[in-house]
Amino acid sequence: MSGVISWLQPRPEGLYCVPGNFFIDPLRPVARAVITHGHADHARPEQDRVLATPETLAIMRTRMGEDRAGKTQQALRYGETLALGGVSLRLAPAGHVLGSAQVVMEHAGQRAVVSGDYKRAADPTCTPFEPVTCDLFVTEATFALPVFRHPDPMHEIGKLLHNMTLFPERTHAIGAYGLGKCQRVIALLRQAGYDAPIYLHGALLPVCALYQEFGVDLGDLRPATGEAKAALRGALVIGPPAAVTDRWARRMADPVVCMASGWMRVRQRARARGVELPLVISDHADWDELLMTCSEVGAEEIWVTHGREDALIHALSLRQIRGRALRLLGYGDEDEAE
Amino acid sequence: MIAFASLLERLIFTPSRNAKIALLRDYFTTAPDPDRGYALAAMAGALSFSAAKPGLIRALAAERMDPVLFDLSYDYVGDLAETVALMWQVDAGRPDRVAPSLGDVVMALETTPKAALPDLVGAWLDASESSERFAILKLITGALRVGASARLAKTALAEIAGVPTDDIEEVWHGLAPPYDALFAWIEGRGARPDMADAPVFRPTMLAQPLDEAELDRFVASEWRAEWKWDGIRVQLVRTAQGARLYTRTADDIGNGFPEIVQAMDDMTEDAVLDGELLVMQDGEPAPFSSLQQRLNRKSPGPAMLRNFPAGVRLYDILFDGTEDVRGLGFDARRARLEAWFARVRPKRMDLSPLVDFANMDALAEIRAGARAAAIEGLMLKRADSPYLAGRPRGPWWKWKREALTVDAVMMYAQRGHGRRSSYYSDYTFGLWRVGEDGVDELVPIGKAYSGITDEELAFLDRWVRNHTIGRFGPVREVEKSLVLEVAFDAAQRSARHKSGVALRFPRIARIRTDKPAHEADRLAEFVAQTL
Repeated sequence: MSGVISWLQPRPEGLYCVPGNFFIDPLRPVARAVITHGHADHARPEQDRVLATPETLAIMRTRMGEDRAGKTQQALRYGETLALGGVSLRLAPAGHVLGSAQVVMEHAGQRAVVSGDYKRAADPTCTPFEPVTCDLFVTEATFALPVFRHPDPMHEIGKLLHNMTLFPERTHAIGAYGLGKCQRVIALLRQAGYDAPIYLHGALLPVCALYQEFGVDLGDLRPATGEAKAALRGALVIGPPAAVTDRWARRMADPVVCMASGWMRVRQRARARGVELPLVISDHADWDELLMTCSEVGAEEIWVTHGREDALIHALSLRQIRGRALRLLGYGDEDEAE
Repeated sequence: MIAFASLLERLIFTPSRNAKIALLRDYFTTAPDPDRGYALAAMAGALSFSAAKPGLIRALAAERMDPVLFDLSYDYVGDLAETVALMWQVDAGRPDRVAPSLGDVVMALETTPKAALPDLVGAWLDASESSERFAILKLITGALRVGASARLAKTALAEIAGVPTDDIEEVWHGLAPPYDALFAWIEGRGARPDMADAPVFRPTMLAQPLDEAELDRFVASEWRAEWKWDGIRVQLVRTAQGARLYTRTADDIGNGFPEIVQAMDDMTEDAVLDGELLVMQDGEPAPFSSLQQRLNRKSPGPAMLRNFPAGVRLYDILFDGTEDVRGLGFDARRARLEAWFARVRPKRMDLSPLVDFANMDALAEIRAGARAAAIEGLMLKRADSPYLAGRPRGPWWKWKREALTVDAVMMYAQRGHGRRSSYYSDYTFGLWRVGEDGVDELVPIGKAYSGITDEELAFLDRWVRNHTIGRFGPVREVEKSLVLEVAFDAAQRSARHKSGVALRFPRIARIRTDKPAHEADRLAEFVAQTL
């Protein structure tokens, strides 16, 4: 299939930029990788040379360990431009999680933007998405169905705080993905004036500490492990999604299982996961944001990496925009957690 | 509408039964009339609108939404009302409207002519939030599916009144929405509604599954045995005010079985009878699949009535004429039943015979030998047991025959509905046979969607997603490499299936990741062994 741009190619390893000789978010180890953000399905270990924002590189080191986060790491700040082979490369904020970036490439008078994962809603923990006009835009489609319209996250936080006043004796256990969602929920709670200590599952502590090193104020955070049941009564605990519906939650006093995820918009989905208080808070663009972004960047062609590409490509075709499903397998493994 | 919508929202997500009852009690004590009565009717499935049907929602969706996006969304969400509630985009051009009350909605749905409904419902949806839209649309689709049954609602009412739930059940079928008399009674403002001659449902007595370890303690002379028929349990009620046919969950299914209602009308004496509804062919009960044909039809046509004639095999009597005989022991009731039957000679009914046995070992042998298609096993009833509501432990036992199993290969998977709408939870599986070209091929023998734990469901869902080799609409074809051990109660010949075999009650017994697919069972051997 010949598209508007021939120098960016989907390959089994991931998207390949021919003149720059690098892969974007490769699924397996390659010689040169440009990483959009630190989530495990995009940032894979054991790459030879890695280029990403300083925040993403730090996140990779924290989550994978120094020795697995790329033999050599090269930092590129938002807005800085780098010539790589025949390509001019720059990273633009994607608004997904701390350090998340869109890869902006220019070659032969054409511009291609690979967005990685992104959202348009406000997030106190990361730099907002910057729309970059381009000829080819590569988008995700995690929530590309018109049933997904994320509400104002502060409304969801309000729901949580109200529930805590209704059940003051119970521990509210929030399932939130460890990179991005967890810190965003904490920051939103602080914005809403909740200043009590927040207790965390051990797996969430290192990335929270890293966020704080990068100047994101998360307030008083404490490890949940080792706390007595009584101490957690009425408290707020955050853990990985799998943990709060599992044995880990048994340490708490009659927990109210909450889940912070865009999937919570679909009732039966929340119910199937045993969630008592669904919080529709997502770090991905919802349906309206996806469509808005795809038209805002003015691209002639849109490639869809992963997610519900059928609906998005159909909706784009109604807007006279050519869409193409790359069906790159391997992304969205964090589907359930986002 | 807001109170009802948030009740539904809370019920959906509240896992604990007691908490649900607390929510229902709270709603029933605080919501105004007639809203609460209509809410109760909605939960009990007692509302039916002749003009407002799911087709109306589809039409509204077609008018306001892109068909491709709607189909993709519906496939994902798995529930029509929720899909439209979530997708609905409020028409910004319309002036602000006030959301209607539940009573307004129900009364308008009952009286508004069909042609005026789309505009009316569209205006309601434009005036509502997504949870209210969901509630309005759920009323139209009929089945709320919010994890609260009619029984749970009645339990909440019983708690308010301080009476057993069965007291509510006994008056229920004589009442109609919005249940003013019922609320007056439970709140102590009125007398218990008088149901003396009304053909109301009486709570059914249910059996516990037998724990075979307890058999040793049984004294044969204290027990009576009957065949456990593979039909559905029904209650036949004939009083001075009419005849009704109820399921054991108190659903009135008389419209689907007019010949039974006719036979009750023709009876020369009143009675409340307990028995098994079966399709009878030449005096013998047909396999369940025949009854299934009838159960699928709300009102059967002449060919259906001719080809699948229904009958009832009676095994108990609750009211002999107008006399309540539920307090008598089983033997005494049996004598009453036999005498009543001899006097009345009702059409389309016979007596379920008692099974003679000398001792428990002999009975075990009888059970092991039972292979007739319409027999599921045995019922054991204490000779002195009165007819009690519910599922008391001790007096009645069901002793199903052993399940059969077959090792089959998963071929296709489809997402479930309701709670499992985002999971590939329905599996079609098949057995090997030699194909026309001499090469082994799989031929489907059934579909199962139960028997698995949530962990197994998560495993199978992931397995399906990772081993998909083709898609046909919502159906995924999978790599033919996973063996499922399928348990089932019986196998029947079926012209509708390519394999010529249909399984009764198939469920996943085990996931056999340890077994290579080519070692799964072969159709020819399976047919030879089980049919």
